[in-house]
Amino acid sequence: MSGRKFGEVILDLKNISLSFGGVKALQDISFDVLEHEVRAIIGPNGAGKSSMLNVINGVYRPQQGEIILRGEHFANMNSYMAAKAGLARTFQNIALFKGMSVLDNIMTGRNLKMKANMLQQAFWFGPAQREELEHRLKVEEIIDFLEIQHIRKTPVGRLPYGLQKRVDLARALAMEPQILLLDEPMAGMNVEEKQDMCRFILDVNDQFGTTVVLIEHDMGVVMDISDRVVVLDYGKKIGDGTPDEVRANPDVISAYLGASH
Amino acid sequence: MAFFLETLLGGLMSGMLYSLVALGFVLIYKASGVFNFAQGAMVLFAALSMARFSEWIPQWLGMDNLFIANVLAFAVSVAIMFVVAWLIERLVLRHLVNQEGATLLMATLGIAYFLDGVGQTIFGSDIYKIDVGMPKDPVMMLESVFEGGILINKEDFIAALISALLVVALTIFFQKTSTGRALRAVADDHQAAQSIGIPLGRIWVIVWCVAGITALVAGIIWGSKLGAQFSLSTVALRALPVVILGGLTSVPGAILGGLIIGVGEKLSEVFLGPYVGGGIEIWFAYMLALVFLLFRPQGLFGEKIIDRV
Repeated sequence: MSGRKFGEVILDLKNISLSFGGVKALQDISFDVLEHEVRAIIGPNGAGKSSMLNVINGVYRPQQGEIILRGEHFANMNSYMAAKAGLARTFQNIALFKGMSVLDNIMTGRNLKMKANMLQQAFWFGPAQREELEHRLKVEEIIDFLEIQHIRKTPVGRLPYGLQKRVDLARALAMEPQILLLDEPMAGMNVEEKQDMCRFILDVNDQFGTTVVLIEHDMGVVMDISDRVVVLDYGKKIGDGTPDEVRANPDVISAYLGASH
Repeated sequence: MAFFLETLLGGLMSGMLYSLVALGFVLIYKASGVFNFAQGAMVLFAALSMARFSEWIPQWLGMDNLFIANVLAFAVSVAIMFVVAWLIERLVLRHLVNQEGATLLMATLGIAYFLDGVGQTIFGSDIYKIDVGMPKDPVMMLESVFEGGILINKEDFIAALISALLVVALTIFFQKTSTGRALRAVADDHQAAQSIGIPLGRIWVIVWCVAGITALVAGIIWGSKLGAQFSLSTVALRALPVVILGGLTSVPGAILGGLIIGVGEKLSEVFLGPYVGGGIEIWFAYMLALVFLLFRPQGLFGEKIIDRV
């Protein structure tokens, strides 16, 4: 990883605590994300990984803590604000628009970038038409990039799981995000699909300079593609560092392997 | 032959009117995944508003021009339906984001009763006349082809034409515009739509506005046939089989469903009715819907629901 250049801290999470009733999903978690890095959040089941991502994305509001995005403080983040601020995400249980074609799904990702007003769109006036074409070009680029040309007209509901995950990623990329949040991008995939997905994630990071925050279950995969790793267990942070550092961390080993205390 | 054609056309035209109400259901279901029980109440509310303002406005302004009165009443009613849409989003839907479908359904049931009540409180509960100058007299057509020609109800014909126009406009809106795409996205998955920066609130207001206008058009057409009165809100019940038949998520389905039911009702009444003593028209649609529920629950054009186990 030595050849890669990281930038400043782009996303800083400070003392995040989140609980649902008596369940403490996250306890006083702090970590930062550097521009252009691949940052992984790992941990056993129920460690609070998805909760963490949902906090960053504004789906959950933490009871305590701060989210600082490019130096800007967000006390009350919501999904819409997150999207506007350049955060895109994928979902663990794919949340695509099932009735719509792959192309339409990805086009929805351009929504925030569209300027023509409704009246113009309705009557397909000049500016709306030109705009639609521009966005379409961008979307076609992404389709090429993710190698899903052959399914662009297919309704998403009919695609196999692995491809749906790829469309989910495509939709997120269509937003041209600064930070890409991936919720278990490799879950439920076979080895080949996993390799493809890894390649895509690294390519996105490399070619577009997109910062990637990902949650993953599969330790092997994470260690291969991440620059730095945060380890959560029972809502607490038990490790943070490069893959090698994390791998050598006794707390992490015991959390994963259940060492004797 | 002429008689058959006459019945068929009559069925098609009354079917178009069912479609108009069914459209309201489909629009809201597509965009929010809510089965809007309040659609009938919205038709009533819109019709009452139209009827009363076309009566009040000439009084207030002291003029006597029916056309201008109708235009003004229509504009005011559109504005009122927009306000209703905005209030529904603001006061009800906003607080129910990401809730179960059943919760939202119950909420619309509440809205239905509320609108029924408030509508009659504001506008009164008598039968009011809506006169938008629909021609009432039937015309004879195709006299050269058939002996005696076929009788067409002009009012139904114009109503069918208006419905058809509205449908074309809505289809284009949903399929071709990026707002339409955003609406469909919201319909499929609230959370995902939010995560890509589609503002749920604004989308819902737009949808309820569109549904409100559809309700207004339906209210005016049905109202000028039957009068603006409480029973209009049950017109929606007649549209229920139409949405079951056509599929809740399909605009073309609502149209075709309406046509099938309109034609089926009329033909079965005329040709089967005599054998069973008549009255088929009343239950035919529900029977057909029941059969569809058994064999093709997603309707003709609805999206098949496949759940991952």
